[in-house]
Amino acid sequence: MAMASSETERPQRARLLYLIPVAVFLTVAAALGWGLSRDASVLPSALIGKPAPDFSLPPIPGRDERGFSRADLGGRPMLVNVWASWCVPCRAEHPVLTRLAEEEGVIVNGLNYKDKPEDAMAFLTGLGDPFTYIGQDLDGRVAIEWGVYGVPETFVVDAQGIIRYKFVGPMTWQDVERKILPLIRELEREAGVAAATDRKEGAS
Amino acid sequence: MRRLAYLLALLLLLPAVPVPAGVTPDEILDDPVLEARARALGRQLRCLVCQNQSIDDSDADLAKDIRRIVRERLVAGDTDEEIIAYLTARYGDFILLKPPMKPATWALWIGPFLVLAVGAVGVAVFLRRRRGGGEEEPGLAPEEEARLQRLLSSG
Repeated sequence: MAMASSETERPQRARLLYLIPVAVFLTVAAALGWGLSRDASVLPSALIGKPAPDFSLPPIPGRDERGFSRADLGGRPMLVNVWASWCVPCRAEHPVLTRLAEEEGVIVNGLNYKDKPEDAMAFLTGLGDPFTYIGQDLDGRVAIEWGVYGVPETFVVDAQGIIRYKFVGPMTWQDVERKILPLIRELEREAGVAAATDRKEGAS
Repeated sequence: MRRLAYLLALLLLLPAVPVPAGVTPDEILDDPVLEARARALGRQLRCLVCQNQSIDDSDADLAKDIRRIVRERLVAGDTDEEIIAYLTARYGDFILLKPPMKPATWALWIGPFLVLAVGAVGVAVFLRRRRGGGEEEPGLAPEEEARLQRLLSSG
């Protein structure tokens, strides 16, 4: 028999076999490590790539008469921000929304979630009102249509009224620069509308 | 007195099934069949805020809102499947405490059995090789045997 060859082959093959558990361990460890390092409280939205839900919300009394409905979305990319005056992170996020609207010319719409109208108005008069349309969702039913599970949440809706991105929690300016603004500019190009800042400069 | 007896009789009629921690009395439907379906659904649905509780066990506002939606739809005549489809369309499969069987979750459902099968094959191969491997352990040399006997008897 081929004694010599099997003698040399066998230990080598055996050594390779010992590497299999090591490889399995490393794969599992990497997968679990990845799982641990991501924030489990941030859930992917089931609505990405789907048209924004149908809704029609009344205005906050004293702000305007038009409220906010599905028909107000589309035409150009916009943000829909779910907020409430009782939500402390919303206060922290407010300057970011203001800067987006005033400096970057992005249309920011508000979904005022389970708020008292007078508290909401006090919030807007105190901190400023960067929103174009605001509707009040007193019982939170429209928020459920949007798959909202906490406040604040921010959606990017494209010119066709399709939800393209969702940010959970308060946005920082860093988040805006990294994700929100590049996406909005890309969607503006996609839709063939002039970047919001250009339009603003042209108007002034 | 009669009123008290009446009240006691009413108490006896109350179901012995405990109400889940999150469900408040005002939510409970009058129709016991629908309420039972609502409970069965509620146990399967995840509270998105607390994540590892069902909506029936949670007293979070959102869980309450979703319980209310489930009941409204039941009363409106929706099937259980329609209600689950409505919720997963908005919140994704994550709202289901038990993940559905589909290509994206095959690894989750089959993975453990696959690992078990691979392990079983590994053990089988190992055992067979050891039995048929021919590498007999050499027996003890006569002097070793003698020493063993000495040690055993002296102990």
